[in-house]
Amino acid sequence: MPQSFGLNRECLRIVGGVVNLHPVRASTWVMAAGTALDAMAITTADDAAAREFAHVVERHRPQIFRFLLSSTRDVDLAETLTQECFLKAHRNWGGFRGESSAMTWLMRIAINLQKDHWRNRRMQFWRTTRTNSVDLDEASEWLPSGESSIEQQLLAKERVKQVWTAVKGLSERQRTVFLLRYVEEQELSEIAAATGLSEGTVKAHLSRAVAKVRLELGGRR
Amino acid sequence: MMRRFDDKRDGLKEQAVDLHDAELPDAEFEEALKDFKSSVHAWSDAAYSRPRTVTREVRVRSWRLAAGWAMGCVLVAGSLSGGLLERQHRLDLARIAAEQRAVEQQRQQREQQARAKITDEVLLAEVDSDVSRQVPSAMEPLAQMMADDETK
Repeated sequence: MPQSFGLNRECLRIVGGVVNLHPVRASTWVMAAGTALDAMAITTADDAAAREFAHVVERHRPQIFRFLLSSTRDVDLAETLTQECFLKAHRNWGGFRGESSAMTWLMRIAINLQKDHWRNRRMQFWRTTRTNSVDLDEASEWLPSGESSIEQQLLAKERVKQVWTAVKGLSERQRTVFLLRYVEEQELSEIAAATGLSEGTVKAHLSRAVAKVRLELGGRR
Repeated sequence: MMRRFDDKRDGLKEQAVDLHDAELPDAEFEEALKDFKSSVHAWSDAAYSRPRTVTREVRVRSWRLAAGWAMGCVLVAGSLSGGLLERQHRLDLARIAAEQRAVEQQRQQREQQARAKITDEVLLAEVDSDVSRQVPSAMEPLAQMMADDETK
């Protein structure tokens, strides 16, 4: 890194001058200089890691939020889980070895957080049954403002509602795989890496999910 | 640590039937999925860029903070003015009492001065006159008896 290298050179230059002035204490000054350089190197490494993580957050946060929103249909919960996801990622950022992409790694954390949330909510059933998930009608209201006619928009809205109904009826794994494939448009290998499943299992879950969605769409026709 | 989904527990092996490949979605199905994806993206974008409620909470909090400060200032000002009024009232009472005491002292001093004007001589003259008037009357019966004896 040019900046840290420049600082190190400057530090060495200063320390070198001091050594020339005090030859008797040269070894002491050299040791002090080494400690200072180590500290500076650690600081610059931390700064670089922080900048890198900030870049990752900026780049992947919308996608993580979108996945959690489609999984929970709860904006506040999705925001909370997104925050938790990146908090957890920040804590473990040093352990991320880059074996998978950052997106896959983050998605894996998000899936586990979501899974933990539903598990905790099942445990808390007797304490509270309140849910903030929006109903399917409201979720289906969102359509991009295209150039299509009102009839086409109504048809699209109806189709979206049917898909939401089908997605609601899917098991947790099927829903996760389905959303990753058809909303996040991830490859099967990426889904397998994010969920920790094999590609064959991902395919099986996906095919069952698709069959249920097709059945829902066909049954309502 | 991250591996939460267990393949074997599902009984879904890698060599499971490849239903996904076998059941490719038709055009209408693809259209529905496309609409669904667009809908989720639109919803997510809107929710992601929506104004956060935190701003409103901060505003409410700042309003409450300002109201709290205003109330505190009013209380402090009220306490101070009440204290000052009470102090002023006590000072007035003390001043009136002091004036009354001074008037009383002046009156007493005037009385003392008036009493001091009566000299000792005047006092003795008064006493003598009193005694001179009383003694003859007190000796009168004896004088009367002496007069009677002389007549006899």
